[in-house]
Amino acid sequence: MREITLSKAVNEAIAEEMRRDPSVFLIGEDVAEAGTPFKVLSGLVEEFGTDRIIDTPISEPGFMGLAVGAAMTGSRPIVDLMFGDFLFLVMDQLCNQAAKAHYMSGGKLKVPLVLRTNLGATRRSAAQHSQSLHALVAHIPGLKVALPSSAYEAKGLLKTAIRDDNPVVIFEDKLMYQEKAPVPEEEYLIPFGKAEVLRPGRDITIVATSSMVQVAQKAAVLLERDGIAAEIIDPRTIVPLDMETILASVRRTGRAMVVDEGHQSFGVTAEIASRIAERAFYHLDAPVQRIGAMDVPVPFSPVLEDMTVPTPESVAERGRLTVRGELFHAA
Amino acid sequence: MNARKTNAEAYLRMYRQMVRIRVFEDNANQLYLSAKMPGLTHMYSGQEAVAVGICEVLTRDDKITSTHRGHGHCVAKGAEFKEMFCELLGRAEGYCGGKGGSMHIADQSNGNLGANAIVGGSMGIATGAALSAKRLGRKDVTVCFFGDGATAQGLLYEVMNMAALWKLPVIYACENNGYSEYTKTAEIAAGSLPARAEAFGIEAFKVDGQDVLAVNKLAERLVARCRKGEGPFFIQLDTYRYHGHHVGDINREYYRSKDEEALWKTERDPIVNFGRWLAAEGLATPEELASIDAEVGAEAGAAVAYALAAPFPDASQVGRHVFTDMIVA
Ligand SMILES: Cc1ncc(C[n+]2csc(CCOP(=O)(O)OP(=O)(O)O)c2C)c(N)n1
Ligand SMILES: [Mg+2]
Repeated sequence: MREITLSKAVNEAIAEEMRRDPSVFLIGEDVAEAGTPFKVLSGLVEEFGTDRIIDTPISEPGFMGLAVGAAMTGSRPIVDLMFGDFLFLVMDQLCNQAAKAHYMSGGKLKVPLVLRTNLGATRRSAAQHSQSLHALVAHIPGLKVALPSSAYEAKGLLKTAIRDDNPVVIFEDKLMYQEKAPVPEEEYLIPFGKAEVLRPGRDITIVATSSMVQVAQKAAVLLERDGIAAEIIDPRTIVPLDMETILASVRRTGRAMVVDEGHQSFGVTAEIASRIAERAFYHLDAPVQRIGAMDVPVPFSPVLEDMTVPTPESVAERGRLTVRGELFHAA
Repeated sequence: MNARKTNAEAYLRMYRQMVRIRVFEDNANQLYLSAKMPGLTHMYSGQEAVAVGICEVLTRDDKITSTHRGHGHCVAKGAEFKEMFCELLGRAEGYCGGKGGSMHIADQSNGNLGANAIVGGSMGIATGAALSAKRLGRKDVTVCFFGDGATAQGLLYEVMNMAALWKLPVIYACENNGYSEYTKTAEIAAGSLPARAEAFGIEAFKVDGQDVLAVNKLAERLVARCRKGEGPFFIQLDTYRYHGHHVGDINREYYRSKDEEALWKTERDPIVNFGRWLAAEGLATPEELASIDAEVGAEAGAAVAYALAAPFPDASQVGRHVFTDMIVA
């Protein structure tokens, strides 16, 4: 199978959906000729014109709001939010307007829009360009949240997002834009709410999202050297969340660990861990472990920044302690 | 036939619609005072000429966005009393199945994209609806209603900038009723409001919001120009709210004098003054106007009675419509 970058995969998804459906358009800052700072959208304006690849002023709440109104009236906008950190600027339009319109109107209004943005630290971009804020939007009923972990998933999930009748927030890992992965030439979609078992294992289940999937995979290789077989599950969407696949795995392995790049407190790791504890407690041989980003603003200095995110080594170490029953000593 | 006679039907429709709003609000206020309505609500009484003068020139396909003080816009855009009262009372047959309430009434069937409990929250939505219309080659125009207080929200300036850059068919209708909550407009708005729109190259107008004919004439011109691609526009409509900020705002002399209220009500009432004009022009007799008032009163009474007896939503509704395709358990 051919290999393409995540960036190219996103570009293809948008182009295919825009060819298929004339009501789809894309709006954001420097999305047309510039093709975004990450060059993800290069070439789209040549095919679709500035009428469908719309450059905006630097007005995030403004164009987010426009997208909500356009979505209510027959369009299917894709909003390009340059950095996930700028979510804080669009919160009212996203969470008070887009997320609630269908419910508040008793099902009369629909808001089929996609908010594309990104997450991920270690680009040495400091605290306002490095956050992973997906838990923030996953908290709000009415928003679906997709977290692709590869070029393959990025394309398939984005296409599904564009066709979904609900507001969907999709986070791309900005460190992965130039990473290649096998992506079929033929069209495919990835359904929401279906987790993927990326690696089978009998000793411990590692649920990992987005950027943390590769970290978990590397950790699994380290664990294998110690004779520990880790099973890796990528939920792919956290709203909806496929707990059945996760629970089935945990019931087999008896141990679970959740790894996510959002801040550890009150986030994705807490949510998934508590659901496992609620529904698979009697199958557990060890407390559910979770590893998120440290609860600090992301520091600039590489030495400090690298300490704040989960690494293959930290994940493997925690896995080892969990499987060997040595967590107590670590505490 | 002269122009006035030709327009008689439209004039009487505007009169009736203004009366319908006033009567709707009087009934809503009563429902609150008699503790039959859950929550609070914001009365549109006094501002009727704004919503009616503008909505009279809109087609059903044209869109509006509304505010927390939204009953007037909703009625003017063609909504039915029954579904509105049901919504205010949280009943299943309300426009939003009882899930929205007074501050979120949306009536998609008549192009009302919804009231909004976030001050200024619908400015992006209105502008986006206009973008949608333009992109998809539709002729509809969107009117964005908001108050003087909402002009303090930055969103307005972001979206007016884009609307002007992209020549979108949207009209920003600023209802200046002199107060944002318990604060006089002069204390929250520096400079001139129309001048703010003009800074973006948007043609801006000021009109007496108590004069339904003046509002209507201006709206007719601007909506027609919007349809030809000459938008966006900004209108400041000077008006007055008769009640408190919300129905519970009873003792309000600390921010607004009784004399001031009395003056607007006796001298400037949009319905009374328009009724007098209709009679003076021979377009309707006082008896004919009185019979419109009576019909509307009966319509409202029946709708309130219906809504009070109407069933609440079934419990199974609570998890529906969070998403279009999933039920939340
Ligand atoms: C973002 C936001 N801030 C504050 C409020 C509380 N609030 C509700 S109405 C209102 C005053 C709005 O004034 P104006 O826009 O002039 O409308 P009016 O009430 O006069 O119709 C305020 C401050 C709110 N609902 N939303
Ligand atoms: Mg006001």
